[in-house]
Amino acid sequence: MNEELFISGRNIPNIDPYLNIWHWQIPIYLFLGGLAAGILFFAGLFTVMGKEKEMETTVKWATFLVPVALVLGLIALFLDLKHQLYFWRLYTVIRLQSPMSWGAWTLMIITPVSLIWAAAYMKELWPGWNWKMKILDDFDAWVNKNRKYVAWVMMFYAVILGIYTGILLSAFNARPLWNNSILGPLFLVSGMSTGAATIMWMSKSHYERKVMGRIDLLLITIELFLITHMIMGFLAGPSVQLEAANLFLGGQFTVSFWVFVIILGLLFPAALEVLELAGYKVPVAVPAFLILLGGLIFRFIMVEAGQITRYLY
Amino acid sequence: MTPEWAYGKTTIKPDLIRKTAREMAKAAPAVIVHPGRHVTWYGDDTQRIRAVAILNALLGSWGARGGFYMKETAHLPHETTPPFPTPKRTWRDAYPGQFKLASLALSSGICDATIPSSNRSCSFKAWIVYGTNLPLTLPNMDNTLNAISHLDFMVAIDTMPMEVTGYADVVLPECTYLERYDLIRTSPHREPYIALRMPAVEPKYDSKPGWWIAKQLAEKMGLGDYFPYDDITELLDWQLKEVGSSLEEMQKIGVKKLERTSGPLYFSKGENIEFNTPSGKIELYSNELAGEGFDPMPVFTKHPEPPQGFYRLIYGRAPMHTFSRTANNANLIDLKKENNVWINPKVAKLWDLKTGQYVWLKNQDGVISTYPIKVRITERIRWDSVYMVHGFGHSKKELTRAYGRGANDTEMITKVMMDPIMGGTGMRGNFITFLTEKPEEVES
Amino acid sequence: MRYAMAVDTKKCVGCSDCVVACQTENNVPIGFCRDWITETVDGSYPNVEIELRSERCNHCENAPCVRCCPTGASHIVDGGVVLVTHDECIGCGACIQSCPYDARYSHPDGYVDKCTFCMHRVEKGQLPACVAVCPTKCLYFGDLDDPNSDVSNALRNRKYKVLADEAGTNPQIYYLI
Repeated sequence: MNEELFISGRNIPNIDPYLNIWHWQIPIYLFLGGLAAGILFFAGLFTVMGKEKEMETTVKWATFLVPVALVLGLIALFLDLKHQLYFWRLYTVIRLQSPMSWGAWTLMIITPVSLIWAAAYMKELWPGWNWKMKILDDFDAWVNKNRKYVAWVMMFYAVILGIYTGILLSAFNARPLWNNSILGPLFLVSGMSTGAATIMWMSKSHYERKVMGRIDLLLITIELFLITHMIMGFLAGPSVQLEAANLFLGGQFTVSFWVFVIILGLLFPAALEVLELAGYKVPVAVPAFLILLGGLIFRFIMVEAGQITRYLY
Repeated sequence: MTPEWAYGKTTIKPDLIRKTAREMAKAAPAVIVHPGRHVTWYGDDTQRIRAVAILNALLGSWGARGGFYMKETAHLPHETTPPFPTPKRTWRDAYPGQFKLASLALSSGICDATIPSSNRSCSFKAWIVYGTNLPLTLPNMDNTLNAISHLDFMVAIDTMPMEVTGYADVVLPECTYLERYDLIRTSPHREPYIALRMPAVEPKYDSKPGWWIAKQLAEKMGLGDYFPYDDITELLDWQLKEVGSSLEEMQKIGVKKLERTSGPLYFSKGENIEFNTPSGKIELYSNELAGEGFDPMPVFTKHPEPPQGFYRLIYGRAPMHTFSRTANNANLIDLKKENNVWINPKVAKLWDLKTGQYVWLKNQDGVISTYPIKVRITERIRWDSVYMVHGFGHSKKELTRAYGRGANDTEMITKVMMDPIMGGTGMRGNFITFLTEKPEEVES
Repeated sequence: MRYAMAVDTKKCVGCSDCVVACQTENNVPIGFCRDWITETVDGSYPNVEIELRSERCNHCENAPCVRCCPTGASHIVDGGVVLVTHDECIGCGACIQSCPYDARYSHPDGYVDKCTFCMHRVEKGQLPACVAVCPTKCLYFGDLDDPNSDVSNALRNRKYKVLADEAGTNPQIYYLI
């Protein structure tokens, strides 16, 4: 029998018996960040493709959610900090090797950009809207004239936002569950999928819902592919990664992962989408809600399970 | 007695016993069988240690290179005092007719010798307890507390609060060894040495060094002449100067080796050695023991074995605690706040126990531990025994940090096998079984 | 200059003096520790081997905690020692997530804390607190670049190992086995 134990009474709060220092704030932020990234990406994409008229919700109305989501996400992050008075230190340096630094700066850029994007549609949303200051009116006009350029910027940063949420986790080589290169693309695709689901749910246009539905179906397929790859990678990896994979293949997260994330969050909505394509009427709220729920639960599971996996002890 | 017979008693394979014996014979006289520490186990301990000594003698290791060297202790002169009075009664009067061969006073039976009895003309009336937590150290705590209740007066001198300081009439707080001077340390070694014990920091609060307590008590009792110095540094300096050093030198170097004066470390071939025995030779057969009615040569005595479902209770120490006396210290509790019971994996499987689970212990006399103890399943203990660290399971609420943590091994030690020759307390004959559910008899 | 420490697992007895010395020297609150003792037991009674290790932050050469820190609060100083500037730490916990040795903890005051090789003592020519108090003298500290330092001498003639080698961190605490 092999035994390994601390004999000097070590029992550090949140670190022993297993790491649990990141709680609900981080998965909530990852979810909102991914959602925002997805919405902004599609908004930018369809603007660049010149389809503002057909994809109104995508390009205009869904983007109103983004600044709210990002601010809520930032508040969640701020609440997670333990030395909150010093949070401003994040913005005194750019550390290229730290994904958390990327995230801080990306958010610093994309939050105002998304706010500007949405705000520039205020006049369309409320015809009597007046910015009351000439400089703001001029800026509004400038943005609307240069939508395509702003869209490119927004798409670029949306991809960074979406992918960095995964790279953030994969940069922690001490957590075998997270330390794989698929996590970045996986979180990006998942974020885009939740974004597409939101747009689908919000939209009143049948055409738009069909397009976003098809895109979401594609994204779900890619996501399933990436998840399979990730698990296969674990099973072919070192023993610590095998143990990480076993958390989902018989361990404590098996039921929540397969039921809530894979079946309810991915397979079932995909099936509903296929039925819709085949001509059946499916209430759009069902797949959309399930995709969002699945995305949220996926991040909760990944953050909690990842902290449990380790190299030593 | 053959190795095969010993195998049945020890589970050590006969060929391993033979191989070991032959290797020792080949290496003799450069072999040592060390008696160990805390060696009172089953009540036949004098004979067992004598057997160890006999084995060493048969191997010729006394005074041989690679065996037992002839140790020497440094001798420091004593200060001049008035002659010590002869006590009218000694501790021996409390144990009439017993332990004639013991050379040091006994703690075993001290409680019985305190409770007045018609068998004796006298009992102990007062205790000065110096640095030992008697209620947890002596087996049979109820008896200890009963004895304390019969005392006229009890003083406890200690560094940290414990049960014993709670029962004392007077507590004299001593500062720790890092805060005081003590007498020069001179223990036996290859070369005689002197070692200074000096304070590293000033004592905290009102705690005082032991020498000061003794001197002040003496002054108050009119016996100040027995302490012919104002500060112990005077005595230390004088003693050190008598052996060619000084307090100043020792404060710099700490330890100093002196020249051997008792002769060489080892006996030389053909030398005629006289040992400290009646015949002057090493006595494998002891007339002295025979004269007192004991076995002149060690004889195998069967020790109690655990009944079915019970396991021998082995108690021991942890490096971060000093017996039961430090169980309330904040820093040390951070290192170890409770003891666990070490159980062999085979036994754990039988009982379906998991590491981290709490169980109550019940001993062969039906006594159940007041508090549960955490299980540690480990290969470090035999399948017929369990191990726990001594000094936990305190039930005094005033010991706020130690209260209720771990289990008290002293509670489980109800069977004491006293060595008839020298009164050693053998406590390894107690057996425990596990109770996984909280028993009703235990008060919470 | 490359500070490192060697721990002789054959001499460590698990007394935990190093833990208490560090706590008192560095004002580590009770309930937290910058160093600790791990016991590994192998085999089956009576053929059992135990290994005792005094563990702490490994001051890795390829420190993931320094790499992940978004503010640069976790940094490496001369000598390869990894330190945390308390006023620059925002308490995000990224470094705690990235340490394979669980050597870091979140101090109640908000910043992240860990073993500092007692740089405040080393700068004055003293040894780290744990090394200074070890009663079996099983801890060796010094400059690996100096062939005559305590740690270089310890590593020269003995077999040694590091912890979680496969994590790629290049730790600088060597365990003599």
